[in-house]
Amino acid sequence: MDAVSTTNIVENSNLLLAVIIPLFGSLVVMTLKKNPNLREAVSSCASVLLFLIVLSFIPALKAGKTLIYPLFQLLPGLSITLRADGFSMIFALVASSLWMIAVFYSMGYMRAHDEPCQTRFNACFALAIFGAIGVAFSDNLFTLYLFYEIVSVCTYPLVAHHQDQESYDGARKYIIYLTTTAKFFLLPALILIYVLVGNLDFPHNIFTGIIPTDTKSWVVVMLYVFCIFGFAKNGIMPFHHWLPGAMVAPTPVSALLHAVAVVKVGVFCTTRTMLYVFGVDTMHALNLGIPTAYFVGFTIIMASVIALSKDNLKARLAYSTVSQLSYIILGVAMLTPHAIDGGLIHIVNHAFAKITLFFCAGAIYIASHKKYISEMSGLGRTMPFTFGAFAVASLSMIGAPPVAGFVSKWYLLVGSMEAHQIGILLILITSTVLNVGYFAPITYKAFFGKPPAGEAAVGIKEAPLSMLIPILIAVTVSVIIGIFPGFMMQFVQMVTG
Amino acid sequence: MDVLLIKEGFPLLSFLIFFPLAGALVLLAFPKESFAKLWTLAVTVITAVASLPLLMDFDPATTKYQFAEFHHWIPQFKINYILGVDGISILLVILTTLIMPFCVLASWNYISRRVTPFMFCLLIMEASMIGVFVALDFVLFYILWEFMLIPMYLLIAIWGGPRKVYASIKFFLYTLAGSVLLLVAIIALYLKTGSFFIPDMMWQQTSSLFQILVFLAFFLAFAIKVPMFPFHTWLPAAHVEAPTAGSVILASVLLKMGTYGMLRFCLPITPEATLLLAPYILWLSIAGIIYGGFTALAQHDMKKLIAYSSVGHMGFVTLGIFVLNTQGVEGAIMQMINHGVTTGALFLCVGMIYERTHSRELSKAAGVGRYMPWYATFLVFFSLSSFGFPGTNSFIGEFLVLAGTFEFSTPLALAAIPGAVLAAAYMLRMLQKIVWGGTDNPDQSYLSDLSKREIVILTPFLLFVFWIGLGPQPFIDLIHPSVANLLEQLQQWQHHQVALLTLP
Repeated sequence: MDAVSTTNIVENSNLLLAVIIPLFGSLVVMTLKKNPNLREAVSSCASVLLFLIVLSFIPALKAGKTLIYPLFQLLPGLSITLRADGFSMIFALVASSLWMIAVFYSMGYMRAHDEPCQTRFNACFALAIFGAIGVAFSDNLFTLYLFYEIVSVCTYPLVAHHQDQESYDGARKYIIYLTTTAKFFLLPALILIYVLVGNLDFPHNIFTGIIPTDTKSWVVVMLYVFCIFGFAKNGIMPFHHWLPGAMVAPTPVSALLHAVAVVKVGVFCTTRTMLYVFGVDTMHALNLGIPTAYFVGFTIIMASVIALSKDNLKARLAYSTVSQLSYIILGVAMLTPHAIDGGLIHIVNHAFAKITLFFCAGAIYIASHKKYISEMSGLGRTMPFTFGAFAVASLSMIGAPPVAGFVSKWYLLVGSMEAHQIGILLILITSTVLNVGYFAPITYKAFFGKPPAGEAAVGIKEAPLSMLIPILIAVTVSVIIGIFPGFMMQFVQMVTG
Repeated sequence: MDVLLIKEGFPLLSFLIFFPLAGALVLLAFPKESFAKLWTLAVTVITAVASLPLLMDFDPATTKYQFAEFHHWIPQFKINYILGVDGISILLVILTTLIMPFCVLASWNYISRRVTPFMFCLLIMEASMIGVFVALDFVLFYILWEFMLIPMYLLIAIWGGPRKVYASIKFFLYTLAGSVLLLVAIIALYLKTGSFFIPDMMWQQTSSLFQILVFLAFFLAFAIKVPMFPFHTWLPAAHVEAPTAGSVILASVLLKMGTYGMLRFCLPITPEATLLLAPYILWLSIAGIIYGGFTALAQHDMKKLIAYSSVGHMGFVTLGIFVLNTQGVEGAIMQMINHGVTTGALFLCVGMIYERTHSRELSKAAGVGRYMPWYATFLVFFSLSSFGFPGTNSFIGEFLVLAGTFEFSTPLALAAIPGAVLAAAYMLRMLQKIVWGGTDNPDQSYLSDLSKREIVILTPFLLFVFWIGLGPQPFIDLIHPSVANLLEQLQQWQHHQVALLTLP
């Protein structure tokens, strides 16, 4: 795809609206401490409104346009500017639609659990979405960095929500990992690219990048490595420890933020930088792609192996997330069109499936106060809907048809063959086997295992409807985008052309 | 004298110096405390408002000294009364005039005894600080430079904390030691050039040895004032013991005099020595950045923490100055302003806690956020600004300084990056402690949130945090011509030197 001609770049102030709505929603929520119903109503309205605005960009994008909205010009070549293109829509659609679902779910969860400080929780939740949407709609590396940091800071209160020693420790680890890597790697990369190029604006295609071709190759490699590690939210080992630590947060947080918003911000930033700062051509020229693919391949296998060893359901899901995030980067790093397609569509597919799994974990906890997989045998018979959804979502994780995960795995496998990388192919197959290894037993035991003695007397019931409905919606979407992948694929194909 | 744009009519700069001075003298005649507070507030506000025309009528197209005034003073020694501002000093003058009313407001309840002498000292401080930034005659500069020490000494020694005597004497001795050498250098320059007019001394052809000696004398005086590592030890002591207003003045304005001096004197008067010694100063700056960061990370006293963070931040300023390119120097000047705004605000914040808990210990302030949400909100933004969060003022300064440093040398810039990481670490640590604390917070339920007066104090600072953070171009436009001119002259001088050397 050639560079989009300038006539196709249109200014659209709705972009500003999309970013402002969650911010404004959060501010309103803060003032409604004494009125929980109104507070939740505001959150819900904001989420629906945001989703509608994101949807409203689709016709223009289909017509081949790119929407931009300049906000602040800081220095020459350094600005805060918003942009909507195919790439940003992939993430924006996911984040906004799942925010809607998550708002309903967290209402049920937080109230059923009688959590303290729900106002702070709701406000920070909206702020995190503000950051995520900002990341999705960033037009340059500086705007991306700005919103990336906003997400880091605004999610701290969510991780530390319970305010006990465990959550303070988890939150400290969280913020140290995320800000240190961003300052240590990203900031110098950002400045050096600015010094080399004179601006940080993303081009309108994935091939050219912005790094001048006469830059010394060791400088480009250094910048590349800095950018990969700088966005530590992407969960690449060895900077992944914050994610399991963050699991001390309430489950809706783990679900939306640590399965979707926060980690996807990391992956989105990483892939955006790979494709739009360095560009496919530069990455080919310096042979950066395949080594990256193998590097994240290690994370894929390693995290799966660790997941196998975890008995705490949320911890297992967390390591599964670490593993799955690297699929996305692996796909993009292979640099063939199909592989990039597979990587990017996995942002969507993983989001819907993983949020379902976390929602289920929360529902199980609310209904039975069980956190450990070993305690869950036989639970499927008392909670058939929850565990049914769990089963379908884990099929998506494994990559079985007809659930969404199959689509991404298909593209990734085709891509790895296109790239003639048998090693990558093996990594993908091994990881699929490992996925089966850590997901299948949960469902199997839940439905076919024997409940522990004396359990029947406890009287566990299915989770409340306010949690069950979001679960069922999320899992249905997973199936639908598995059977009809066309809707999301159109945005992916806008990127790869 | 063609570098001066003499201002006809109202002598604005003289007014900015003499109005606070006159205000101070009025206090001698009417020492009633309630009057003193209101009067001082009125005087500082009028001075602040009167300084705004400086910004409006400042002509960024010229690199000459504007609003200049020239009067003969002691003709026998060619000592004159010469004032003027250029792009390097204008923002510092404005910073000084704008910050003073808030210092008065911050002392409203904090200072309970000897209120009138306190206000007297503040006004004298203001007059001499503005004078230092606008003086273009070296004797005038030196007199004001020294004169400033006395009220500052008194502010710490009379209204300070438990170790005020130790801190004030240390402050006095350190700065005095530096200034003595400054005087020697000034006289040496006078004997060489026959003039005390500062621009006359710039870009002269003098021997290398002479330049190096003069440079070292200058540098020591200014490095102590900045303070640069390893001349910084007076700063934490002074900050900890000084009353809030004293800390704010110290952090926001006094420290800037060191870096201002380097830009105004070291670079143009001793260019050869500057070029020769810059690499050493750059690494000294890096040392200061890292040292300040690590030391701040270990502090339990909030004021000490911010004091050490100043050592780190000012390290960025000297780094920017001595990379000797436009981005670096502009970044340094922006960073001077930003540090003034942000650190001033942080000291005000600490003062507000101190007024409530009577302790500066971080552990005593743990978990304050729950009972003081407005306070926590302000503190969050100032802390974020302090470690250069994108979109806030300090980011612009740090970004420009680091961009300039990357242009100069990549390893040097990479060496400064840990300083940025450490800044995030110690500020977030402080923020976490104050806003959240841990599981064993002291009982803070007796605390009341910010009063209207305190919100009025902090809001303008927040405004500047975001104004400079999101729209710094107007500020940079003000300083750019002077900086470009300074660096251009330096380059010309360098070429000239090379030409002289290559002559047969």
